[in-house]
Amino acid sequence: MSPISHGFRRRHTVPDGAADRVPPGQYVTDGFPVLSAGPTPRTPLTEWTFSVRQGTGTLKSWTWQEFQELPAETVTVDIHCVTRWSKLDTEWRGVSVSTLLDQVAHNAGYIMAFSDGGYTTNLPLADVTGGKAWVVFSYGGRPLEPEHGGPARLLVPHLYFWKSAKWIRGLELMEADQPGFWENYGYHMYGDPWKEQRYQGD
Amino acid sequence: MRTIELNVPSWPGHRAGQHLDVKLTAEDGYSAERSYSIASAAGEPVAITVERLDDGEVSPYLTEELGVGDELEVRGPVGGYFVWEAADGGPLLLVGGGSGIVPLRSILRQRGLSGSDAPVRLLYSARARSELIYRDEIARHRDGVEVIYTLTREQPADGWTGYTRRVDPALLAETAWPAGKHPLAFVCGPTSFVETVAGGLVALGYEPGRVKTERFGGTGGR
Repeated sequence: MSPISHGFRRRHTVPDGAADRVPPGQYVTDGFPVLSAGPTPRTPLTEWTFSVRQGTGTLKSWTWQEFQELPAETVTVDIHCVTRWSKLDTEWRGVSVSTLLDQVAHNAGYIMAFSDGGYTTNLPLADVTGGKAWVVFSYGGRPLEPEHGGPARLLVPHLYFWKSAKWIRGLELMEADQPGFWENYGYHMYGDPWKEQRYQGD
Repeated sequence: MRTIELNVPSWPGHRAGQHLDVKLTAEDGYSAERSYSIASAAGEPVAITVERLDDGEVSPYLTEELGVGDELEVRGPVGGYFVWEAADGGPLLLVGGGSGIVPLRSILRQRGLSGSDAPVRLLYSARARSELIYRDEIARHRDGVEVIYTLTREQPADGWTGYTRRVDPALLAETAWPAGKHPLAFVCGPTSFVETVAGGLVALGYEPGRVKTERFGGTGGR
């Protein structure tokens, strides 16, 4: 039983009609907060590549130019950060992860997204295929800014936003699930905002 | 700004730099939970220092209404990357903007309690002299601790020996440890502050993996 804080009351309101879009424990913000564990990497596009790896081998790699030539989609989604803000109707453009993985033969059950700066995060394959995840390079119609993960970040809107790795450079295919960066520091392996899977044990 | 000491009977212990979650429940059942940096060192009673945010939901209650003896729901500690222990050594560069000083205070206390001799430079930026917190306490750290203050919206007329300018690459070049000393940096503050400092340190040659950041105040309607 939670103790009652007398005098404490709700101050944040949910936008009209959006009540069922805001997961428990979240509030809606119009801003776009930034959270990261270290400096913002700045890789020139001429050096940028996106790789799909398995074990020690690279199965497929695209340059920035090649990546731009892949079929892209514009998606409008709600995003939910584990620090409790949610942002509704965010518009992104990028390449579906299915489009990328369809170009390699594999039997992986999980992936580890890896990024410039050493960040990693793990996801079940089923959560990044079938039109559930994208590698995006534009936000709100403009190139994605470095502090928000540009030139390209992962977008997996149905999970907490730490799974949407900024500065992504590729996907490592894995047979078994393994913890990524924040997952090693006590955050949940899966991170479903609707179940409030914030930390280990949730 | 208010420092709140918490008596948490089942607290599993924390490390300097970690945070915790405070959950408030209203009489009508509505609840809200927020994260706060722990201000005390490992082994000390758990304390948080809360800055009142005008558009906040939890911080106005914690800073203005919470009384001694009231019960809170607390979860933690949380986080394990923005953390310093004596074995991590130094030299340490601590850069705080506004309430970003809170976890750095925890690290300073940790250093003192553990008897570490890691040299420290603390660069602490606030809007005005009256907004500098823990100032007397910080002044008591002596051996191996250099403190550099800067004020961004006030130019005190009398006896101010610190800087009166924003932290920018030039100020970092003047005050931060040279990269050749292989420093370990902890940077905490508002997003734009952290971006400037972390980027500036990397430009000075700091190893990105040794520049740890924590951002406050970027959460819009918090």
